[in-house]
Amino acid sequence: MPKFLRLYIISALCLLLATLIFGLLATWAFLYPEIYNQFLPFYQLRPFHVSAALFWIITGSAASIVYYKNTLLIAKNKDNIIERLFIYLWLSTIAVIFLCYSMKKFGGREYWEFPPMLCIPLLVSWLLLILSYFNTPLGKGKHNKPMYIWMWSTGLFFFLITFIEQNLWQIPWFRYSYLREVTVQWKANGSMVGSWNQMLYGTSLYLMVKISGDESIANGKTAFFFYMLGLANLMFNWGHHIYNVPAASWIRDTSYIISMTEWIFFIRIIQGFKNKLDERKKFRHLITYRFIIAAEFWVFINLLLALAMSVPAINRYTHGTHITVAHAMGTTIGINTMILLASFTYILGLDCQSNLIKKIISICYWVSQYSLLIFWLSLIVAGVIKAYRTTAINLANFQEIMEPVIPVLKIGSFSGIGLVLGLGTIAVIYIYYGLNSKADVK
Amino acid sequence: MFRSWIVLFVVFIVYTYMVYSNCDKRNTNDSIPDKRALAGWKTWQAKNCQSCHQIYGLGGYLGPDLTNVARDTAKKEIYLRTFIKYGTGKMPNFHLNDSEVNSLIAFLYWIDKSGKSKVSKDKVTWSGNYNLEQ
Repeated sequence: MPKFLRLYIISALCLLLATLIFGLLATWAFLYPEIYNQFLPFYQLRPFHVSAALFWIITGSAASIVYYKNTLLIAKNKDNIIERLFIYLWLSTIAVIFLCYSMKKFGGREYWEFPPMLCIPLLVSWLLLILSYFNTPLGKGKHNKPMYIWMWSTGLFFFLITFIEQNLWQIPWFRYSYLREVTVQWKANGSMVGSWNQMLYGTSLYLMVKISGDESIANGKTAFFFYMLGLANLMFNWGHHIYNVPAASWIRDTSYIISMTEWIFFIRIIQGFKNKLDERKKFRHLITYRFIIAAEFWVFINLLLALAMSVPAINRYTHGTHITVAHAMGTTIGINTMILLASFTYILGLDCQSNLIKKIISICYWVSQYSLLIFWLSLIVAGVIKAYRTTAINLANFQEIMEPVIPVLKIGSFSGIGLVLGLGTIAVIYIYYGLNSKADVK
Repeated sequence: MFRSWIVLFVVFIVYTYMVYSNCDKRNTNDSIPDKRALAGWKTWQAKNCQSCHQIYGLGGYLGPDLTNVARDTAKKEIYLRTFIKYGTGKMPNFHLNDSEVNSLIAFLYWIDKSGKSKVSKDKVTWSGNYNLEQ
């Protein structure tokens, strides 16, 4: 593996560590703002946490794609100058973003809380990545490519589109209507989540093909159908973010209809349970496989939550409550992080390490799964209480609404310690192996 | 495969155009913010207010949703002004000057004009969808 790619993977893992530490600190700043306002206020910690999480997912996805692309092209040792430029520019911009946060310089947009000027180097570096990817036989040509390549290409391309789109607010015409501004913002953000999901689900599919040796799962009509369904959801299923915004009603109708197609994914997962059980017996010794299975479990329960939240009548209660946070945490940690850890396990060759290392990873794996489950459930309970007090009994006073919510969030914060310990230890082990192992192509 | 992709992408482009041009059906004069509201928006972003507050239920969870706080009959403007100017135990004091406070309030009035954050029960239809009038 080229040095720059190794640096990229290690940086991604450092971002995971930063996400966990800032996340835990942010929950404490949320619960005890009077104390934290003195030195590290919540409005400063949240951007650190959100950006670290966002960049962990995007950086990790891009690192996996670059690595697998080079593996497929048998160009693993080739030092690609464009990829090198992308990685250095991308990582140095992230460093500047954190520097801005430490100086309390914000851009104040949801997800993208840094000064908007910094979107320019991010955009340039992403264009470099796209240039290097689409300038290969994987990116070119239209036919006979496994579905994971379609998914990677789609994810890379749509990230570019949605990244540009979420910056359109800088054009005055978009700002001249708040309804337009908020609609376009959440259209872009919603689809952007779909774009990194494409990159990650492509990675997961690639790993399953490599583990099982069965290429057919990434080809054929069924794989194509689910890819197209995922793509349609990426494009049109973002409206649930803004159901309550009085924008044109057809936006709500489109999103509602498209989101109900997710039932097909749900039924598909249930149908696949038996195969998964057989598969589990066969591959359970592999850490890579365990992370993929964890991601599938989290897809299952988060899909159920997403389906409920996509019904406007239910969204009326859940919107703006911690149920939305539960969904965000369940997907970013449960799905995205698990797939990325599966990918890095595979790339760094952790499946071939000593039994002791595998045992430690296994313990941390279970600590993080149970901690995440408690965290997720506590956010759901907190959300249900807030929804009841806000929408069902129409309390107006915010302090009064939040009074019974806070103790539940304290349980969530406590489970956050388990998440930091579990996932944090895994990240440290992977960083160590990233720095020291001679791992190369699997 | 590629053809299906292109067809879906064209639909996406057309849909995007429709969203951009038709999502706000109000009269343009009703939606355009004045200079003060725009300055308030800048302050809102510079102080990262959305990390703690929501507008239309989007944003942080530490403080209340501020979509319709400007015309909240229970809380007068003076209440809003005091909060913004001095903060509270939970909300830090951002040491804003009077001009910044005024522009933030103008921004919140402008947001309030765009609609209601809470959807009332009678707007829910038989299909589980909303019928929101602009």
